[in-house]
Amino acid sequence: MSSAALPVPQGIKTVGTVTVAEPVFSCRDVNVYYGDKHAIKGVNIDIARKQVLAMIGPSGCGKSTFLRCLNRMNDTILGARVEGQIALEGQDIHEKRQDVVQLRARVGMVFQKPNPFPKSIYENVAYGPRIHGLAADRGELDDIVNSSLRRAGLWEEVKDRLNQPGTSLSGGQQQRLCIARTIAVNPEVILMDEPCSALDPIATARIEDLIDELRESYAICIVTHSMQQAARVSQRTAYFHLGDLVEVGETDKIFTNPRAKLTEDYITGRFG
Amino acid sequence: MTPSVLLLAIVALSLIAFQVGRARALASVGGLRGVRNLHSLPGHYGLLTALWCGIPALLLALIWWSAQDQVLINLVAAELPADLRNLDPASFSLFLNDVRNVVAGNIPADQVSTETAGAASHYLRLRTISQWSIAVMALSAGVIALLIVRSRIRPEFRARNRVERLIEGLLFLCSTLAVLTTIGIVLSVVFESIRFFNIVPLTDFLFGTQWSPQMAIRADQVGSSGAFGAVPLFAGTLLISAIAMCVAVPIGLFSAIYLAEYAPYKLRGIVKPLLEVLAGVPTVVYGFFAVTTIGPLLRGWGVELGLDVSGESALAAGLVMGIMIIPFVSSLADDMITAVPQSLRDGAYALGATRSETIRQVVLRAALPGIVGGVLLAISRAIGETMIVVMAAGLAANLTANPLEAVTTVTVQIVTLLVGDQEFDSPKTLAAFALGLMLFLVTLLLNVIALYVVRKYREQYE
Ligand SMILES: Nc1ncnc2c1ncn2[C@@H]1O[C@H](COP(=O)(O)OP(=O)(O)O)[C@@H](O)[C@H]1O
Ligand SMILES: [Mg+2]
Repeated sequence: MSSAALPVPQGIKTVGTVTVAEPVFSCRDVNVYYGDKHAIKGVNIDIARKQVLAMIGPSGCGKSTFLRCLNRMNDTILGARVEGQIALEGQDIHEKRQDVVQLRARVGMVFQKPNPFPKSIYENVAYGPRIHGLAADRGELDDIVNSSLRRAGLWEEVKDRLNQPGTSLSGGQQQRLCIARTIAVNPEVILMDEPCSALDPIATARIEDLIDELRESYAICIVTHSMQQAARVSQRTAYFHLGDLVEVGETDKIFTNPRAKLTEDYITGRFG
Repeated sequence: MTPSVLLLAIVALSLIAFQVGRARALASVGGLRGVRNLHSLPGHYGLLTALWCGIPALLLALIWWSAQDQVLINLVAAELPADLRNLDPASFSLFLNDVRNVVAGNIPADQVSTETAGAASHYLRLRTISQWSIAVMALSAGVIALLIVRSRIRPEFRARNRVERLIEGLLFLCSTLAVLTTIGIVLSVVFESIRFFNIVPLTDFLFGTQWSPQMAIRADQVGSSGAFGAVPLFAGTLLISAIAMCVAVPIGLFSAIYLAEYAPYKLRGIVKPLLEVLAGVPTVVYGFFAVTTIGPLLRGWGVELGLDVSGESALAAGLVMGIMIIPFVSSLADDMITAVPQSLRDGAYALGATRSETIRQVVLRAALPGIVGGVLLAISRAIGETMIVVMAAGLAANLTANPLEAVTTVTVQIVTLLVGDQEFDSPKTLAAFALGLMLFLVTLLLNVIALYVVRKYREQYE
């Protein structure tokens, strides 16, 4: 696949290396406006394959907004406007011929609050494959559901109760169900917006382990409020501040030796 | 002393009691400077005294007034000459009614017999005595209560807490009154129905297929079988409600989906209140519409198609009733759809579902219990609806599934049974109560199920 990174404009303010070799996503000069509010200000960043990118920053700095650009979920928000180039495998996702439905099948998303559909556990996972016609028959669908639940680490807990409603699970199980639902359509990238913020520490640890396993197959972008979590699960970290991408770099380096003053202040807990 | 004067007197006494209680409280701590030594504000002592003074007086007066007429009439009757008292019960109660009418001034005293006029003036004399005695009793009860409360006022007396309790009691009394009234209405319907079922067996009523409530007054009268089989009425009700639902559910639901999911924000802001206004149009107006527009229209179409549509048809009534219920269904369904959390929609969109897939497979699925509940409520409205069917459905108790024929409904029959001069113990009138009871039970059941379903649904997303 021809997916060299797009050229980076001159004189960007972001500290660190925004590019990677062979990126899945290549974002250049992305701006987002909610009406008059400028929520994302000229962000440039590449997203690497088989790697976890953590996005951190104080509340309201635009992490969720930026994440939603990547699968065009901002389209569903009234008054939101996205500008700039966002290329998935070299193809701009804002091009006319880009099918949003197709894009969202390739770029899955897990939300802050677990949101299983009002359907059975089985149907929750089967929903994506069904609407995209991924299974030729019931047997194939069973296989997809089975393997997705296994990869989400939920199979053992639910294999005897696939017909019960998804909402009957605990919060942590529901979130893993949502992850299973997302990987059932076999995406290339998984976006996660604070996936653990509604969960207890044990459920959080399970999800973190899961993210580590999923990294072997997918590119993952995770927004998190917990710097410990970012340090544990990610290889690369991006620090946002008031709509600006302040610093990007390897997670180890950012947390031990931040180069930007704002990043350092945030990491040492001077604000946040 | 007339009731209204006594009421004013009680109010005045309560005002005095307020001042007395307040003054006493202040005096007990040596004037305004000692207020901080009082447990409660001086006004609380005043209010407590006023309430304790006014409420017993008022209650006493109310009880007396409600029993007064019965007692007085009995006293008057006891004094009547023997030949009057030995009349048969019906004529005697007629006589007493005349007396009451003279007393109320409905009949001038010079147009009735001397016995009636005499009894009436006797009644009036007794009533004056009675009113004076209740005035004395109520006011003295108030004064005694006032004195008792006053004597108990000390600085540490917790007037504030007691006022709270009294107010709570008053509110409780009001809500009990509302509930008791409802129970009273239901009970009266139940008792009248029992009287009906003593004459007409329950099984005849429930399973009989003949409805012609005209009882023969003379033995040789024709067409007066006096059959009380309610099946045709319930069948008619069912038919019309079904037609109404066929109109209201799809249109109401689809318009709700459009409003909640597709309509631009501004349009929704205009249309939703409009729909709710539509729900407030008096049903007699819809009835008019059915009779003057839909009925003739259907008939005209029927003629063109070679069908025999009667002027008053189940179809016309059902269609218009459906139109009436559309706003109700749509407004409820809209509430249910907007109550589905945005996160569910986001979840579906993020999987690559299109808008209509999201609505059909996720949003409606989630809102379904609430919508079903709303539809049940709508059905119970359709069943209880009266005006439209009275005007548009007809009176013929046909047992038919053909919507082009005239049918009649439970509510229509209740109206016709009770309209005009009726004796209240003939099976014909009592049948109205039995029908009312059945109607009440059916709608009650529907409402209970519907509310249960809706509540369950609400809990799910809270
Ligand atoms: N739907 C919206 N409409 C208007 N403003 C929004 C909307 N969503 C977010 N914003 C604004 O955009 C900024 C970034 O929000 P967000 O991306 O949610 O921040 P984060 O996820 O980092 O906390 C905030 O100032 C927020 O108020
Ligand atoms: Mg956020």
